[in-house]
Amino acid sequence: MASIRPFEHTTAPEAATGEAGAPAAKALTVDARGVSLTFHTGDGEVQALANVDLQISDGDFVSLIGPSGCGKTTLMRIIADLQQPTAGTILVNGVSPEQARLARHYGYIFQAPALYPWRTIERNVMLPLEIMGFDAKERRARMERYLKLVNLSGFERKFPWQLSGGMQQRASIARALSFDPALLLMDEPFGALDEIVRDHLNEQLLRLWDQTGKTVVFVTHSIPEAVFLSSKIVVMSPRPGRIVDVIACDFPRDRTLEIRETPEFIKVAQRVRSGLRSGHSYDE
Amino acid sequence: MTSSTVSTARPAEIAWHPAVGRYAPIVVIALALIAAWYIAAVLMNINLVRNAFERNETPYTTAELIAGTLNAERPLLPAPHQIIETFADDVFDWPVTSPRSLVYHGWVTLSATFLGFLLGAAFGIILAVLIVHARTLQKSLLPWIICSQMVPILAVAPIVIVVLGSIGLRGLLPKAIISAYLCFFPVTIGVVKGLNSPDPIQRDLMRTWSATPGQIFWKLRWPSAVPFLFTSLKVSITISLIGAIVAELPTGAQAGIGARLLAGSYYGQTIQIWAALLAASLLAAGLIGLISLAERSVARLMGAH
Repeated sequence: MASIRPFEHTTAPEAATGEAGAPAAKALTVDARGVSLTFHTGDGEVQALANVDLQISDGDFVSLIGPSGCGKTTLMRIIADLQQPTAGTILVNGVSPEQARLARHYGYIFQAPALYPWRTIERNVMLPLEIMGFDAKERRARMERYLKLVNLSGFERKFPWQLSGGMQQRASIARALSFDPALLLMDEPFGALDEIVRDHLNEQLLRLWDQTGKTVVFVTHSIPEAVFLSSKIVVMSPRPGRIVDVIACDFPRDRTLEIRETPEFIKVAQRVRSGLRSGHSYDE
Repeated sequence: MTSSTVSTARPAEIAWHPAVGRYAPIVVIALALIAAWYIAAVLMNINLVRNAFERNETPYTTAELIAGTLNAERPLLPAPHQIIETFADDVFDWPVTSPRSLVYHGWVTLSATFLGFLLGAAFGIILAVLIVHARTLQKSLLPWIICSQMVPILAVAPIVIVVLGSIGLRGLLPKAIISAYLCFFPVTIGVVKGLNSPDPIQRDLMRTWSATPGQIFWKLRWPSAVPFLFTSLKVSITISLIGAIVAELPTGAQAGIGARLLAGSYYGQTIQIWAALLAASLLAAGLIGLISLAERSVARLMGAH
């Protein structure tokens, strides 16, 4: 039943020969085989995900792209053990999603910053550390380190409402990074922000990925964002939610926004677009 | 009014102090109410006064008649100045330990209110926590909680007093229990709503960190419930004052605002009744003010803007 997609067949852009992007036989962070999820609703069954196979290696930056209803968020929630598949198997860091969640293997960044409004920025960032039982000194040190990493030093004592949307989302990224999970799950984290802020955060995110070597799974419905950020793009299609294409995207890890004007970038973007079209994603 | 461009267009408003705009509506309404009260006092007492004049066969003018309606000893409706006079007299002219002092009676009722409020709020919060954490409890408890509020407390209060008296509980505690019985309900309803108020993302976050139920309660549910709690407490504390007064009515209490109301109606001392009512409403306003003060300082700590 499984239709495993051979990644070797994907075309890498010629420009992508930087040493950082060199592929190697790495351990799998996510290994999903034949994953399906069917919801039972009042109007009958809705197949959110049908027979999804996806392998994500350590250190990958994988974007899940597709229109609303293609199951990209559902797939991410399955990886995070926020939802359970009705069929198929999935391993996260070699163990079940539940074990991975209990071992705090991943940090989840939602579409909204979801900072707790009664906590200052520093106490928001330290919240997961409190829950995980880090001592006070370590909590403070990590909070300072990660707020600095997302350029929010000096805002420790502010409450969330005193920050702009982009700054709040950066604080939520610092919060997800604070306990140093190997895997970052980002569900349209910049979807609610304007394009200028989004570009800026994309660059920062890329630098962060480059520096920390974390594995990132990133849900988006912006083609330029997916191509710019990813080392691998997973194109999804709705009804039922499935994977229609997997595209390697090996631009150097220290890429800048200017890369979006290059022919290689446009070529990958076109392939993503045709993948979306082949999945009939544009019929609404 | 504050913008210079607007004020040049409307020069008449420049001279107004901001306080005028803020308090003028309240003052106007208060004056209108007092005026209406005086008119009502004249109309309601006029027959009483006229009969008195005719009984004594004294000739009277309309002015005397109207003056009489506003200064009667036992009017149907006392005039505002009579109430304030009696109130001031009862509050300031007697030592606070004297049974003729309104301060003494106010304190008796207030102490039952405080104890009842504390018991009721604690009980209400505990019930809410149980309801939120156990679905079976929600099903089994909620109908009884709602039923408990349909019972006319005036009918139940004497039974409670007698039952508690028979096991040796007298004085403050039975009154506080009746007060608590009345005031726990808004707290339960408000806190249940507050504990359930965190949005799905905030809960999902806790799950991704694999937080324990205790951590979810203390770090998410409880802080989310605090604004709801204070709204409920404001309703609840006035109800607990009413509860304490009601508990004094059917039991022949010797002291307290309720006792004062009862004595006033026994002896037809309408002015005394109204003075006691004034004391009760001032107490209620003060209690709400107290909760609002606490609410504001807690809100500031929790980053409200």
